Amino acid sequence: MSRYLWPLGLFVVLAGFLFAGLFLNPREVPSPLIGRAVPAFSVAQLGAPDKTFSPADMKGKVWLMNVWASWCVSCRQEHPLLVELAKTGTVTMVGLHYKDERDAGLKWLADYGDPYLLSAHDRDGRIAIDFGVYGTPETFIIDRQGVIRHKHTGPLTPALLRDDILPRIRQLEAS
Amino acid sequence: MRHLFLPIALSICALLPAHADQAPTLADDPAVEARVQHLGEELRCLVCQNQNIADSHADLAMDLKKQVREQIAAGRTDREILDYMVERYGDFVLYRPPLKATTVLLWAGPFVLLLVVVLLLARRLRRRTVQAAAANTLSADEQQRARALLAGEEKQV
Repeated sequence: MSRYLWPLGLFVVLAGFLFAGLFLNPREVPSPLIGRAVPAFSVAQLGAPDKTFSPADMKGKVWLMNVWASWCVSCRQEHPLLVELAKTGTVTMVGLHYKDERDAGLKWLADYGDPYLLSAHDRDGRIAIDFGVYGTPETFIIDRQGVIRHKHTGPLTPALLRDDILPRIRQLEAS
Repeated sequence: MRHLFLPIALSICALLPAHADQAPTLADDPAVEARVQHLGEELRCLVCQNQNIADSHADLAMDLKKQVREQIAAGRTDREILDYMVERYGDFVLYRPPLKATTVLLWAGPFVLLLVVVLLLARRLRRRTVQAAAANTLSADEQQRARALLAGEEKQV
């Protein structure tokens, strides 16, 4: 009997693994930057080209850095959520305007709303590489000491914001 | 008919193969470009995932190739360049993952599986030999009959 049972057992185990695999996100690549200091940079702001932004400016605050571009379709999908979040004033958001023209970015913000304190203009994608960005939108949570605590790749959803992102922010703000 | 000319001409143009932009090459020096190619084959394109950045024309792959070129120009070693990528994108960026605690199963798994199969096979073969040996043993009675048969003195019972 067992000679027939064990192939069946093997099949069940394999099927179990494959089934679990259906619910994994292959695009989710663990970032080595979690727990490390936010990469230093200084770059022109999107709205005010004569001013620069550097992550050091945000010391002492828990903040979100959201990588976006006017050509990025999923960014547009998540954007209303960020605008809503900005209205609540829960957390400061800084945009990283990624590989995009200034005019296109400004128009986009004018059209869909600007939830960001400011956007840093990463014209050639240099800064994004230091952040290990590989798919926009990406959102980083950075703590008061300037340490990256969490990274989310892909558009945020209301559920994700409520169950994952906001609790993390609250926890960081409490500590 | 004339108002149809432009749309038709445009559709024909659309059918022609698009002139693809060539990857910008720093390589007046083929040795540098060879290194870029070599490193590019070691690095995974994170956008396309199952392609290396040498083969990929994704935007990010182009940018990373540019980074590799610049770093070669700056005199970095291959090791340093790979480390730079791993620092930002994690081990996933390497096509050949390093051997460490989390990847032991990945590296050793096939050999462990092979070992298990070989052990199972050995056990099965040994058991079969024992069974065959058991099947070959004749009782005293049978042996006597066999001897008689061989001697050609079999009597019908």
